[in-house]
Amino acid sequence: MESTNVLMAGFGGQGMLLAGKVLAHAAMAEGKEVSWLPSYGPEMRGGTANVTVCVAARPIASPLITTPQALMVMNLPSLEKFAPKVMEGGLIVVNTSLVHRDPKREDCTVVKVDARHVAGLAGTERAANFVMLGAYVAASGVVAPESVEREIENEFTGRKAKHVPANIAAFRAGVDAGRDVQETAAQEQDA
Amino acid sequence: MTKVLMKGNEALGEAAIRAGCVHFFGYPITPQTEVPEYLVKRLPEVGGTFVQAESEIASINMIYGAAGTGVKCLTSSSSPGISLMAEGLSYIAACELPCVLINIMRAGPGLGGILPAQSDYHQATRGHGHGDYQLIVLAPASVQEAVDLMTLAFELSETYRNPVMVCADGMIGQMMEPVEFPTEGRGEPMADNDWALTGSEGRERRIVNSLYLSPEDLDAHNRKLKAKYDLIAEKEVRHELYGETESPDLLLVAFGTMARICKSAIDDLQAGGAKVALFRPITLKPWPYAACREAMDLLPADAPVLNVEMSMGQLIDDVRLAGEGSRRVEFLGAAGGVVPTPEQVAAKIRELLP
Repeated sequence: MESTNVLMAGFGGQGMLLAGKVLAHAAMAEGKEVSWLPSYGPEMRGGTANVTVCVAARPIASPLITTPQALMVMNLPSLEKFAPKVMEGGLIVVNTSLVHRDPKREDCTVVKVDARHVAGLAGTERAANFVMLGAYVAASGVVAPESVEREIENEFTGRKAKHVPANIAAFRAGVDAGRDVQETAAQEQDA
Repeated sequence: MTKVLMKGNEALGEAAIRAGCVHFFGYPITPQTEVPEYLVKRLPEVGGTFVQAESEIASINMIYGAAGTGVKCLTSSSSPGISLMAEGLSYIAACELPCVLINIMRAGPGLGGILPAQSDYHQATRGHGHGDYQLIVLAPASVQEAVDLMTLAFELSETYRNPVMVCADGMIGQMMEPVEFPTEGRGEPMADNDWALTGSEGRERRIVNSLYLSPEDLDAHNRKLKAKYDLIAEKEVRHELYGETESPDLLLVAFGTMARICKSAIDDLQAGGAKVALFRPITLKPWPYAACREAMDLLPADAPVLNVEMSMGQLIDDVRLAGEGSRRVEFLGAAGGVVPTPEQVAAKIRELLP
């Protein structure tokens, strides 16, 4: 992998900035160059929040990406805003708990995950962001899933340490979901 | 030393402590508020002082006082706040006091917006307060460089007894990147000196003052300052040349985040064989005129220079000064928090290439 990037978008509070931070840490721990650039425009409570994470083998030139290679969307406004901008042949991970519309990008690999439901089964619906991250990591191969798990442990420390197991479980469930889609797509291609 | 992932604003705060600065005076404003937010937690841990002033005017005058006592001190703000500091900066420069200020630029003019911009370029390099004085202005293009230049800022401010500004756009302040700090723990305080107001018991009293009612004395003071600025211009210019540095067909000039976006455009076009170079001033004051002229001289006789900035034509003045009329200077810019994309820069390059 020479370089890749992902735009993670959702409502404020859905944990996109945190998921991006954990991904950046994981890539950094693997010795890669990273940048984490949040949108910080004026937003009201419940407004959109997004972050662009770049991962590369070489120093990152522009951290600002206009045509991301991958998109992770938690809500409908983000899908509508960013799906048309994804690079041709890119990857789109959609949270079907809230997004009931198709990305309308025939050229892209689309991974659909009922993130809240999957997170709930793993222990807490609040870990939907890590379900999405898991699906993205599995579908893109950007970092090893183990690297992300270590960073989830590093992220929740002290009083928050109790959240580690549920978040890792959610992440793993996401990884499985991402892999399933990848395998199905591969089989369909073979057939 | 291990790398840590940090926001630009927080890294700037930590870098100040590593440089030995434990006195901060400031007032919150987006997009630099993480600087004081970080320092208000961190400074008590290293025996430092954090004061949230009632305004930027108060902040800069607290800096005036603290700097006068010979302690390393820092303030931080964003564009409208820096405007409020203009008067104080003039007094501090007049009194030749060392201090560092950060400007995490946002879009103006007026209250403007909170998104990144480079539209305080003229203010940083020519403007702010009244009178014949200059700041040293350093412009980082990454979080790591923000840390490195913060260390340099304190060194230069002490060496030249001059205020130094670290000038970055909101994107550098808000972005997280891996950084390595050059040193561990709290840095050394300022060396003893013969001008600081430290209490005159047992010695002759010292005066820090910017009032010179005699025209001859004020003329002499201005000449002394001029000699200092000339020395800084001779010794402290810094720049980077990127891309095709042997025989480019086009030269871009940009600084800060904009320079990184230009690098992406150059990288993308290099695959197709385009020979493009980027000249990036790291010191905005003193400006690396000679080095930029040398880079321009690498170009074919009639090749233009492309100036790219997140403002409406400010950096371009210095590019033209560097060229001394020898080059056509083309302009690509955006304002208000709109940032020219690598694709837009690449399109402009293609348009200009033979």
